[in-house]
Amino acid sequence: MAEHLLEVRNLSVDFHTAAGTVSAVRNVSWHLDRGETLAILGESGSGKSVSASTIMNLIDMPPGEIKSGEVLFEGRDLLKMTDEQRRELNGCRIAMIFQDPLSHLNPVYTVGWQICEMMTVHDVPGDEAKARTLELLKRVGIPNPEAAMGKYPHEFSGGQRQRLMIAMALALKPDILIADEPTTALDVTVQAQVLALLEELQRETGMGLLLITHDLGVVAEIADRVVVMNKGEIVETGDAAEVYRNPKHPYTKRLIDAAPGKGETRDEEDRLGEPLLRVDRLQQHYGGFHALKGASFSIMPGETVAIVGESGSGKSTMARAILRLDEPSGGKVIWKGRDLLQMTSKELFAIRRDIQMVFQDPTQSLNPRMTVYQIISEAWIVHPDILPKARWKDRVAELLVQVGLSPEMAKRYPHQFSGGQRQRIAIARALALEPKLIICDEAVSALDVSIQAQVIELLDGLRRDLGLSYLFIAHDLPVVRDFADRVIVMKSGEIVEEGHVGQIFDAPRMPYTKALLAASLDPDPEVQAARRNARKSEGLVPA
Amino acid sequence: MSQTNTTTVKERGRVGTFIRLLWADKFAFFAALFLLVVVLCAIFGPIWLSDEATRQNLRGRNAPPFELSRGFLYILGADQLGRPLLPRIIVAAQNTMAVAAGAVICSMIIGSALGLVAGYSRSRWSGAIMRLGDVIMSFPSLLLAVIVLYMLEPSVANIVLVLAITRIPIYLRTTRAEVLEVRERMFISAARVMGTSDRRIVFRHILPVVMPTLITIATLDFAFVMLAESSLSFLGIGIQPPEITWGLMVSQGRPYLTNAWWLSFWPGLAIILTTLSLNLLSAWMRIALDPVQRWRLEMGGRKNG
Repeated sequence: MAEHLLEVRNLSVDFHTAAGTVSAVRNVSWHLDRGETLAILGESGSGKSVSASTIMNLIDMPPGEIKSGEVLFEGRDLLKMTDEQRRELNGCRIAMIFQDPLSHLNPVYTVGWQICEMMTVHDVPGDEAKARTLELLKRVGIPNPEAAMGKYPHEFSGGQRQRLMIAMALALKPDILIADEPTTALDVTVQAQVLALLEELQRETGMGLLLITHDLGVVAEIADRVVVMNKGEIVETGDAAEVYRNPKHPYTKRLIDAAPGKGETRDEEDRLGEPLLRVDRLQQHYGGFHALKGASFSIMPGETVAIVGESGSGKSTMARAILRLDEPSGGKVIWKGRDLLQMTSKELFAIRRDIQMVFQDPTQSLNPRMTVYQIISEAWIVHPDILPKARWKDRVAELLVQVGLSPEMAKRYPHQFSGGQRQRIAIARALALEPKLIICDEAVSALDVSIQAQVIELLDGLRRDLGLSYLFIAHDLPVVRDFADRVIVMKSGEIVEEGHVGQIFDAPRMPYTKALLAASLDPDPEVQAARRNARKSEGLVPA
Repeated sequence: MSQTNTTTVKERGRVGTFIRLLWADKFAFFAALFLLVVVLCAIFGPIWLSDEATRQNLRGRNAPPFELSRGFLYILGADQLGRPLLPRIIVAAQNTMAVAAGAVICSMIIGSALGLVAGYSRSRWSGAIMRLGDVIMSFPSLLLAVIVLYMLEPSVANIVLVLAITRIPIYLRTTRAEVLEVRERMFISAARVMGTSDRRIVFRHILPVVMPTLITIATLDFAFVMLAESSLSFLGIGIQPPEITWGLMVSQGRPYLTNAWWLSFWPGLAIILTTLSLNLLSAWMRIALDPVQRWRLEMGGRKNG
């Protein structure tokens, strides 16, 4: 049998916590060859990062403990080596890049210095290191590399920082590059560029690429083989396209089914009559910076309008301005014929009942020191006329059932729930006020794919049952496809395109919308391959 | 009738949980016991032992500790006028606690109230409050105390007042810094979207998050205030003899340190044990009051990770 570049055999890792021993991975085996891209796919808590951390010697022991198994790098067991020997391999032969490049670059040193240091600690002379750094910065596509050497990490954009991390990882020409969620924090168009860069570099150097991700689209775009993990165990391995087409394990099937953007789009129907909410030339300036440059749109009763845009497009600013969490600089927000922005705080208080918001991160949007009952019933303390106190308990139970939780959970605190359950609590809190419009600011972005699908289903059901309208803000186009009636595409504070969901997805008019669609990743490897070819021939990858 | 029954059951349940959580942390449990003893001494000590504590016995001057020939009250020795130390410490607990607790509670309430205003409102008041804090901080606290107590009567109330004023900036600044951070958290935005009044946001959402930090600072400050009070007494503008406090006893024993260490040692020990107990109890309280951390105690106090 040919020797693999890297092989993990029967690895089991436990973590000893106060709540008992948790086995993070159990009997995990996989291998990586030269020039190959292996993706480890799994949702949060599946243990997908643990084996990579074991390879890099990043597991804190205790509380971690490697129960069994071996990690063979060119036939030598890493776990039997001394720390000294492993340090020599780390960075030099095996390199790693992380999800959040800003927190892994030291803010007080220039990036040139940091990349040089990477080499000088592995005994490369200073001049040579400098020359190589320059070459690397050129290679990863940093504009004006000479000047970039003397800049600090905060002076680069998120995508550029990830490129810097890649440059740093490649400094010593490693045999293996481990990328832990390398594009999760990036915008879709930037994500496509970074993945393309990784692929190119791999072809040039022939290194093995180990990619850890939760995103089926990323797997489809770049991986040769895929390892699917669930609850610390490998459920399926195989060729990426093969696994997508014929998933064997039920978990893989469920994961693939949950991927958004495959369903039918909503029928076009023009709703006539008075709009529920009309935003007219809304502006928001922060000093000299114009976050919103006069955006106008309207929402009809019972309609779901999605706002899609990359970071910095002003979509969250819009939500905050509509709710007057920040006072807008200009424009009008007409709610049932009256301008919200002109209202006194007393009038606004009455309106608060009608417009509610669900935030991105349910961990932060629920007060950690209040029980679920207190969180939900607070709505009725603030607005005492909704419900007499005697009925609070029943109503909380009712709401919990409505969002798919059980009534006994009212006594618990938010930290005792999973991310998806917390988002359900946040939705229950919004429903407590019996609103007409709910603004969802990236309400499903922080959730795993399968949970995402469930929450969207819940929102959709509530819309049907209660006749709610949604303003749904997202950075991810596929999520919006199944759910929205109309889509608004935003870029740097302006509305680029607006239309029915079918029209936006099937016949986009503006180049930016096209680029956004081209850059978003489809979970089907074949579709993705076709798209990639189209992208290359049309040159649609945005700069 | 049934209504009252259920409430009493619930009350007992809550007290029971409280004691169980306290027992889970043995250090905190004994700290709480010690503090209970100190509080009892402070309340009943002067009524019970006032005469013994002030009775001079010149033949027993600087009597060494651990001798029972003069009676049990002399177990810790006697001071330079032959007054037994044990009853003196018990009697002194009242003034010490009154001054320290009074000053700490006053400064905590005033300081954190001002800090909440300074941190939460974006008005001009916020700046004014911070400058006020700067003024107090830049003024040497002892000098301030000397001036104030020179003009006013050096009574317990005035000492509490002076010490409270000098400690306000600590709470003010900590509270403001924390409020500035908490104010930007998403659950505050969520509450505002709901239409929650500012007052409710401050007291229901912000204060409970800031409180553990304030309590920790307050317990540390307790020791500082006790010692500050003793230095005021040393300067002759604090508590005046024959009134006594632990701090005053420490400073009175200072000239005799070389030949009669026990004069300063026992009251000093009382100060240390009190602050230590407060610290342990506040560490316990921080965990017990935080729903995210409480499991550490509910697990049966097993120290792990």
